[in-house]
Amino acid sequence: MSTTTRTAPAAGATAVDAPALRGAADGRIGLRAHARHTGALVRRNLLWIRQDPESMFDAVFMPIIFTLLFVYVFGGSIGMALGGGQDEYVQYVVPGLMAMMGMNLSMAVGTGFNEDFQKGIMDRFRSLPIGRSSVLVAKIVVELLRMLLATAILLVVGVVVGFDITSWSGLLASVGLAAVFGSSIMWIFLTLGVTMKNAQSVQGVGMLVMMPLQFGSSIFTPTDAMPGWLRSFTEYNPLSSLADAARGLMSGGPVAHDLWVTLGWSVALTLVMAPVAIHKYRTKS
Amino acid sequence: MKPTPIDKGSAVTVRGLVKHYGETKALDGVDLDVREGTVLGVLGPNGAGKTTLVRCLSTLIKPDAGTATVAGYDVVRQPRQLRRVIGLTGQYASVDEKISGFENLYMIGRLLDLSRKDARRRAGELLERFSLTEAAGRPARTYSGGMRRRLDLAASMIGSPAVLYLDEPTTGLDPRTRNEVWDEVKRMVADGVTVLLTTQYMEEAEQLASELTVVDRGKVVASGRTEELKAQVGGRTLRVRPADPDQLAPLAAVLDDSGLTGLATATVDTETGTLLVPVLSDDQLTAIVGAITARDVTIASITTELPSLDEVFLSLTGHRASTPRTGSGSADAEEAAA
Repeated sequence: MSTTTRTAPAAGATAVDAPALRGAADGRIGLRAHARHTGALVRRNLLWIRQDPESMFDAVFMPIIFTLLFVYVFGGSIGMALGGGQDEYVQYVVPGLMAMMGMNLSMAVGTGFNEDFQKGIMDRFRSLPIGRSSVLVAKIVVELLRMLLATAILLVVGVVVGFDITSWSGLLASVGLAAVFGSSIMWIFLTLGVTMKNAQSVQGVGMLVMMPLQFGSSIFTPTDAMPGWLRSFTEYNPLSSLADAARGLMSGGPVAHDLWVTLGWSVALTLVMAPVAIHKYRTKS
Repeated sequence: MKPTPIDKGSAVTVRGLVKHYGETKALDGVDLDVREGTVLGVLGPNGAGKTTLVRCLSTLIKPDAGTATVAGYDVVRQPRQLRRVIGLTGQYASVDEKISGFENLYMIGRLLDLSRKDARRRAGELLERFSLTEAAGRPARTYSGGMRRRLDLAASMIGSPAVLYLDEPTTGLDPRTRNEVWDEVKRMVADGVTVLLTTQYMEEAEQLASELTVVDRGKVVASGRTEELKAQVGGRTLRVRPADPDQLAPLAAVLDDSGLTGLATATVDTETGTLLVPVLSDDQLTAIVGAITARDVTIASITTELPSLDEVFLSLTGHRASTPRTGSGSADAEEAAA
């Protein structure tokens, strides 16, 4: 089919000289265009927050409430088991909460994406000449920004209740690590968001998967006292690796092994789930 | 049925398009053409395959067989180029309700690779053109149904598409708002946009489309110019209005007695003060008009009317196209039963 038979664009509006659309002749989308499209979509998602500030409640209050709960409810007894007291536990749990926070917030990316599909707007996005991944990457970027805010609040509350930051570069590195791991998890939730019927089911399945992963890990408590089978589970649980790596980076200790395991999981999850999510998004009918 | 010979280039060409969902044949070999600068109405009841057709033509789904080109681009092999020349307004307003009208249009402009400045300018122009300037800063969820459809139309026009798909653009709108949307579509067509319009309302097709393709259960059951289709299906109706309404009953009696009306009878429409006589041929028409004028009655007006598209659909498919426009729910219920 010849492409020269293309119809001349209509005037479109009164006294409007419509700007010609840019783009390569074969319709391929370059890197800069990708960035521009993703930027426009990020802006849209940020404007949502301005319209609906309540959507930020989870990112703002979760770190405050969880830190206070864990430190004051469990801090005394677990701290004692750690050979110290509440202060000992604060040092233990704050890096763990950082790992947990990433997971909990990533779930929102799935429910939000699912809600988008309930509206006609997704049809418009998919019929526009934009990159296949732009819509999904924009969701991830916004979610990472929310994660950063939540982490900042967590650290402030942590310091208030006695958390001692021994290494600032380690702190930055662990925030980066949590972001990398969080974004790989988000591809899973984006896939759930496309495939599941409604946002409630996304949330339901998300909770079912996440509760065992979070509690069956070294996030909240050392695993030494757990039964053997559970301890083996926690050892393979990437959330344990992320929490332990963050602990090592922020307050000293062995890091390398957990760091590599976490990065490995992130890369593997992204390589497998990103193409699945993009494919499901493209072919959803 | 073969499409009518074309004098203008074809902007949309569909041949043998098939899309099955399991046992359901949503599209079962559809052929159609939309000529450049015209409006083709794709008319059919709910579930006839209209939306599946639009989704195939906007690259949202892949057809199982057949070909379709839009502005020269193949829907399967050149989806990226094709997306650059189409505009889509879906059955459900596809705007982001959480952001403002301006932000919606600005976002689409940026996604279509306009510079920030051009995107801002284009959004302003289209807001003005679709009478949304005052509401530009408000979130779209505060808009009325008609405003939302107008914003949707404006969003489809950002890239000055060569071909615009309107998938049931007035479904669920009240009559006044529906007229508003029709006026906007007519203006866009006057500007030279090629439109593929799907609808289940005869009135809408009659208002907007110069040519029609009638679909039923995934198949094209008829196509042609709107008037041709109407003529093809059946006789005309002669409408006579005597200057003196008291003459209506005597005129009707004379015609019925004369035997000129055949098996049908003349009916009196007191509301408009007219007499309606079904006519099947030119000879019959001439004879009836002769009989009326022989009565020495002053005639205020005399017209012939083609049958409505509702009747067209009934005679082509054997069932009615849709229930009257009282609410979208009832039409769905009937379709489920069909």
